[in-house]
Amino acid sequence: MTETGPVPDPSDRPPTAPPAAAAVKIAIRGLHKRFGPKRVLEGLDLDVPEGRSLVVIGGSGTGKSVLIKSVLGIVTPDAGSIRVDGTELVGASRATLDAARRKFGMLFQGAALFDSLPVWENVAFGLLARRLVDRKTARERAIATLARVGLGPEAADLYPAELSGGMQKRVGLARAIAAEPEILFFDEPTTGLDPIMADVINELIRGLVRELGATALSITHDMASVRKIADRVAMLYGGKIIWEGPVERLDDSGDPYVDQFVHGRAVGPIEVGVERIG
Amino acid sequence: MSFLAAIGRTTLALLSTIGAVVLFAAEALARGLSGRLYWRQIARQMLEMGYFSLPVVGLTAVFTGMVLALQSYTGFSRFEAQSAIPTIVVLSMTRELGPVLAGLMVAGRVGAAIAAELGTMRVTEQIDALTTLATDPFRYLVFPRLLAGTLMLPLLVVVADVIGVMGGWLVSVYKLGFGPIEYINRTFEFLETQDVVSGLVKAAVFGFLLTLMGCYHGYRSKGGAQGVGAATTRAVVSASILILIANYFVTELFFAR
Repeated sequence: MTETGPVPDPSDRPPTAPPAAAAVKIAIRGLHKRFGPKRVLEGLDLDVPEGRSLVVIGGSGTGKSVLIKSVLGIVTPDAGSIRVDGTELVGASRATLDAARRKFGMLFQGAALFDSLPVWENVAFGLLARRLVDRKTARERAIATLARVGLGPEAADLYPAELSGGMQKRVGLARAIAAEPEILFFDEPTTGLDPIMADVINELIRGLVRELGATALSITHDMASVRKIADRVAMLYGGKIIWEGPVERLDDSGDPYVDQFVHGRAVGPIEVGVERIG
Repeated sequence: MSFLAAIGRTTLALLSTIGAVVLFAAEALARGLSGRLYWRQIARQMLEMGYFSLPVVGLTAVFTGMVLALQSYTGFSRFEAQSAIPTIVVLSMTRELGPVLAGLMVAGRVGAAIAAELGTMRVTEQIDALTTLATDPFRYLVFPRLLAGTLMLPLLVVVADVIGVMGGWLVSVYKLGFGPIEYINRTFEFLETQDVVSGLVKAAVFGFLLTLMGCYHGYRSKGGAQGVGAATTRAVVSASILILIANYFVTELFFAR
């Protein structure tokens, strides 16, 4: 099995465009979510500018996944507003949510491939589900999409269980981009990968987001990944976004919480205790 | 007081579970019947539940028919009523043992498999992934299983009825000295349409209940491998209990007529 990915040169990073020029693609206001007694999100505000890649950082159990799943409509927030292209999603009808989801592509932490389906059907699932193409065309589209993530056509008929972790992530990535979404979500894209494979995935994400001209919202606690894929970074702590800025400002953010997290210090304003996760 | 509180808590938990199951079933039916049907999924589930359950159901039925013949001979020969054996075997199989035993066996085989599969899909975020790919998990996962269970269990029971009668025939002819043709004739002598139909209605109800339990517990499972294991156990236990309870009520429904 070949794993020769298109690895873009890291030096061809685009010059940072003026952030003011970009329209807001996702606007989140006052988002609240609690699970039983545990308050996870407490009035979270966040704007994701169109065509940019925003990465939310934060410790384990701080609600990063809840944030992303709220936007996807998998978790229902208790209060607040999430607007995608101006359309309110909190409390929206199933039809509105489905319409919004057509703009989305999501890479799950464990890839979440359907293990009863071969790789090509996984990749083409969104196309087939929406009846955009027939099965023959879907297969061709799937193989073309697999090529974009560096997998050859011989991978198409394998089943997810036959793939390594890195290849599963690639297939998950292919599935996320197959329908050319406007917004891509990445949930801990490098978790469980060795550093080299993590870098390959990071490069792929950067390259694909740029090719598609998509807006990206990612969550991670892997700082190497943040520096590679982010245009902007937001730090989630205590159920709120406590800092947000361009990735270049990460090291001189002037925020003691961000500083502690970026440098991975056990001692600082962030208290690490034993908590239940929601 | 803590004793009373415990009773109260258990009752409330039971009621809330019943409510949740009913809502789950109503949602699955409403969404499944109103939108797109996934024929490929339905066909796959029908094959899995129907065809691949045949060996288990067949084996159960043949030995049950055989044992029925032996046991009723033991009882009925005491008052010279051996000639009733074919009737006893066929009525017991079609009205009662065919559907109940097939239901319990399939609950163990299929109900557990559904709970484990959906449970694993839940904890590995595959169900979330379906949602993000604009596919309703109720339409794609739950409804095809409910439909396949409701349709395939009656077919399995027809097979079980025939094989069970054959089991009784084998024992009666080769061990108890019945004439082979005479046994067959006596089998159909007192058999009425309603005997078979009531068994098939039971089968459809059991098929729905056991797939519902598999889907409900699998869909709602959480907490990794342990959660999936617990969901599987709950699916089989609750399906078995519901089958036995429903069995009484369907029997009474037909008895009254």
